[in-house]
Amino acid sequence: MDSSEPSPSGEPDDRPVVPAQRSDQDAYLRVRDLRVRFDTEDGVVRAVDGVSFAVERGRTLGIVGESGSGKSVTSLAILGLHDPKRTTITGEISVGGRQVVGLADEEVRRLRGRDMAMIFQDPLSALHPYYTVGRQIAEAYRVHHPKANRREARQRAVDMLDRVGIPQPARRFDQYPHEFSGGMRQRAMIAMSLVNDPALLIADEPTTALDVTVQAQILDLLADLQAEFHSAIILITHDLGVVGQVADDVLVMYGGRAVERGSVEQVLRAPQHPYTWGLLSSVPSLHGDADADLVPIPGNPPSLINLPPGCAFHPRCRYADRAGSRSRTEVPELRPAGEGDSAGHLVACHLSAEERATFYAEDIASVGVAR
Amino acid sequence: MTDEPLLRVRGLSKHFPVRQGLRATGLVRAVDGLDFDVRPGETLGLVGESGCGKTTTGRMLVRLLEPTSGSIEFDGRDITHAGRRELRPLRQELQIIFQDPYASLNPRHTVGRIVAMPLQVNGIKPPGGIKARVQELLELVGLNPEHYNRYPHEFSGGQRQRIGIARALALRPKLIVADEPVSALDVSIQAQVVNLLRDLQRELGLAFVFIAHDLAVVRHFCQRVAVMYLGRIVEIGDRADIYERPQHPYTRALLSAIPDVTQLGPAGRIRLTGDVPTPLDPPSGCRFRTRCWKAQDVCATEEPALVPRDGGNQATACHFPEPAGAGLVAEAAAIGVEPEGRGVEANVEEVPS
Repeated sequence: MDSSEPSPSGEPDDRPVVPAQRSDQDAYLRVRDLRVRFDTEDGVVRAVDGVSFAVERGRTLGIVGESGSGKSVTSLAILGLHDPKRTTITGEISVGGRQVVGLADEEVRRLRGRDMAMIFQDPLSALHPYYTVGRQIAEAYRVHHPKANRREARQRAVDMLDRVGIPQPARRFDQYPHEFSGGMRQRAMIAMSLVNDPALLIADEPTTALDVTVQAQILDLLADLQAEFHSAIILITHDLGVVGQVADDVLVMYGGRAVERGSVEQVLRAPQHPYTWGLLSSVPSLHGDADADLVPIPGNPPSLINLPPGCAFHPRCRYADRAGSRSRTEVPELRPAGEGDSAGHLVACHLSAEERATFYAEDIASVGVAR
Repeated sequence: MTDEPLLRVRGLSKHFPVRQGLRATGLVRAVDGLDFDVRPGETLGLVGESGCGKTTTGRMLVRLLEPTSGSIEFDGRDITHAGRRELRPLRQELQIIFQDPYASLNPRHTVGRIVAMPLQVNGIKPPGGIKARVQELLELVGLNPEHYNRYPHEFSGGQRQRIGIARALALRPKLIVADEPVSALDVSIQAQVVNLLRDLQRELGLAFVFIAHDLAVVRHFCQRVAVMYLGRIVEIGDRADIYERPQHPYTRALLSAIPDVTQLGPAGRIRLTGDVPTPLDPPSGCRFRTRCWKAQDVCATEEPALVPRDGGNQATACHFPEPAGAGLVAEAAAIGVEPEGRGVEANVEEVPS
């Protein structure tokens, strides 16, 4: 933990710019075989069960999943925000080369805010109602730049408010969160998370609470800021449309496990896992036949306390029977989906790529009656 | 389907006083002069962003809120200010489904009791007995009738929403107001509930007022769509009109802001700047003008009326509507990506609560 020294100038330190390369070695964030377990009265909850991924600077990973899929728990583990008394975390989380799992609270705190930061879903509960917005942003700066004086911190906060598109930032600095509108609050929170120029930004459903026209503004802003600061971004969302718009890579989670991973084109254009396939066909679109029935995934997301044995998706999978008894006894591993266009595309399914292609083609032929 | 509307709404408004201490200091014009009809068996979608008044409208329709002015006619009867006693028979024909399936079911009552409640309150004795009717309803919405004696907490979100639907259907209503019925549900569950509502609508010939912020869901459910902005309808028309030939700039911006799974990457889109102004002090003239890239002087002085265009079913409240048939894509290309920062300075905050 040598790099915990604040840079003497009070300026954010210059970090090497890593060219966008698809190799885990260069990635700013590396997560290997992450497992997060909570002991509860009802039993052990395996909220995350062996998830691996990597994010380079300048790239955006979208993590998609429904409630209870483990997507938020994963992000909290990266930030070291789980209560160590009730949580068991194993595996490897490397942020800029430093291992986070098992690190003392004090040391994670130094990383948090400076090297990695989080944007929460609900800015109203993430901002303290009692302090002015500007003061909270300035404080986030001074925590990691103890040599900066009050005036410098204020200037930095005003600059950030300006950068995220808040009009009259110097006046806004002295206002309270309740005086901001929903979209403005989310901008203020983005300003706060970026004030120390973190290399890794985790955005957990950053636009879910916003209206669509404001959501579009915030997503544009995130893309602009990423181009400028060259940060690695993890975007956690349930909205496949948002992922398609901003992500480079996609990780699909189900029941605490990764079921599919690949580039956004691979996962959204040529989905391999039956769950991803099902999600895409159940989402209503602005294009296509409005009178066609949606094709829902039957059943409900599983309980993490009592995960179905074998492939966790098998009780809801239309093709589970075709994979034989394996689907109920054996957890499928994340394996390459194929060659060529599918290079780097991983899927955890017992069916072969050929079998899936055949089934999906049958589905398309009988769209609307597939229930 | 007859041409006589089941629901006729004229000039409907709801103003909430804002008080500081004991003094009334202002008026929130949550809904300000709505006109629309719903014919028997028709599905009308009310869409818009938060604060546009869609939920307030829904609550007035089922008379959970008292309208400030205007009129609501249901099945030929004026129900705008109907009292409790007059409302009782009416509520059999006019039901509501709420957004939050966790808050709208009494946790201490069994599912059987929840669904039977409308029957009991109205003193209705179905031929086979209440229990048989309730079980029939549970089956209709895709729940196991054997679960009659279970409590709401034993059900998932999607199943709870089905319980709410069964309750709304208990009295065989003619019109259901559904307020964001799927937005609290997981993505894979939303489609189940949308399909269920569609099946019920077709089988039972129900009319719906479907309130939602998700335009893609509305497109799959509604025959007609009304787009609201700051308490007013800015455009209303058949589904194909609204989604394929939108004439109001706001409708176009709204459609273009939706990230669609079928389009990857950032598209050349219409971007609105700023937030929705406060209904406490809406802009003069056209309420959308502070965010509109087409706004001119007339928009600040004169409020555009909701008038039919081209003699069709589509009505637009705009001084400079798009000509019918102009494609969305063509416009995005023509106006460029950004409407020149208009609206940022004019932007006003939401009402602090």
